[in-house]
Amino acid sequence: MDGAQTTATAQDTWTVAGRTFSSRLIVGTGKYKDYAENAAAAEAAGAEIVTVALRRVNLSDPSQPMLVDYVKPDRFTFLPNTAGCFTGEEAVRTLRLAREAGGWDLVKLEVLSNTKHLLPDMEETLRAMKMLIAEGFQVMVYCSDDPVYAKKLEDAGAAAIMPAAAPIGSGRGIQNALNLALIIEQSSVPVLVDAGVGTASDAAIAMELGCDAVLMNTAIAGAQDPIRMARAMKHAVIAGREAFLAGRMPKRMYAEASSPLSGLI
Amino acid sequence: MTLTINGETREFSGISHLAALVEALGLDPRKVAIERNLEIVPRSAYHATPVADGDRIEIVHFIGGG
Repeated sequence: MDGAQTTATAQDTWTVAGRTFSSRLIVGTGKYKDYAENAAAAEAAGAEIVTVALRRVNLSDPSQPMLVDYVKPDRFTFLPNTAGCFTGEEAVRTLRLAREAGGWDLVKLEVLSNTKHLLPDMEETLRAMKMLIAEGFQVMVYCSDDPVYAKKLEDAGAAAIMPAAAPIGSGRGIQNALNLALIIEQSSVPVLVDAGVGTASDAAIAMELGCDAVLMNTAIAGAQDPIRMARAMKHAVIAGREAFLAGRMPKRMYAEASSPLSGLI
Repeated sequence: MTLTINGETREFSGISHLAALVEALGLDPRKVAIERNLEIVPRSAYHATPVADGDRIEIVHFIGGG
């Protein structure tokens, strides 16, 4: 790659709620062996944003390691989530506390339906998002891959639409590429595939569809070698993005020789 | 004085405000957020916020999550 093209790649940024990022891979901070591995994976992924959860402190052992001592808020943009919330009221309470803990108003809303498939409750998600926006939050919203509901979320003021590729932690990859493509085409805010990615090719496919970024946790944390998988995901996201920007060749029914057939001996 | 902190009932004496409670619990106030009786208390107000018998306190922090 020559210098001019390198520069063009470096300038390929995306913007959510007025904040501009060059990494298109957002990583979760759950399920790692420890916070040190977690921080190393986030670095290897080249991530600029990490999702975090808010929970009660352990009063019986206040000296236990804390996330912010390893994955540092001055290095990564923290995206507090509402994982474990099943109602709008719970989500608002959680994110108010997150805002007080770190001062962030850019948040990830997820309102889940049941603990078996963890798919979002879209009616409650929309209601919760409106409550959060009324309180001044910028809401990146985890949602189903339904283009109709995605449009409702955008019209109600979502900062980003984040459809699931497959259930959280399932690693099953993109289940409905057509729906994701429809959401990407209709949205004027960033669209991120959030949840369901299992391996690098899934992330590449998401980016080839034209997503602005991909968010994942278990695909990295659950790999045999999380640091290596974080690196693989970094490359996959870049590869998928570059392929999307390059514009793929058309698919054909029949072969088309790469070597000229004229001048054969 | 009996406080319910993170759902646990605990006895305290000689604690007059939230800053003293955080210190007594061995926590770093820069790394937590606190709710007192369902009201969020800004970090800047810990010294000025009294704690009273029967208060329900939630103390949270960021942990790993997806």
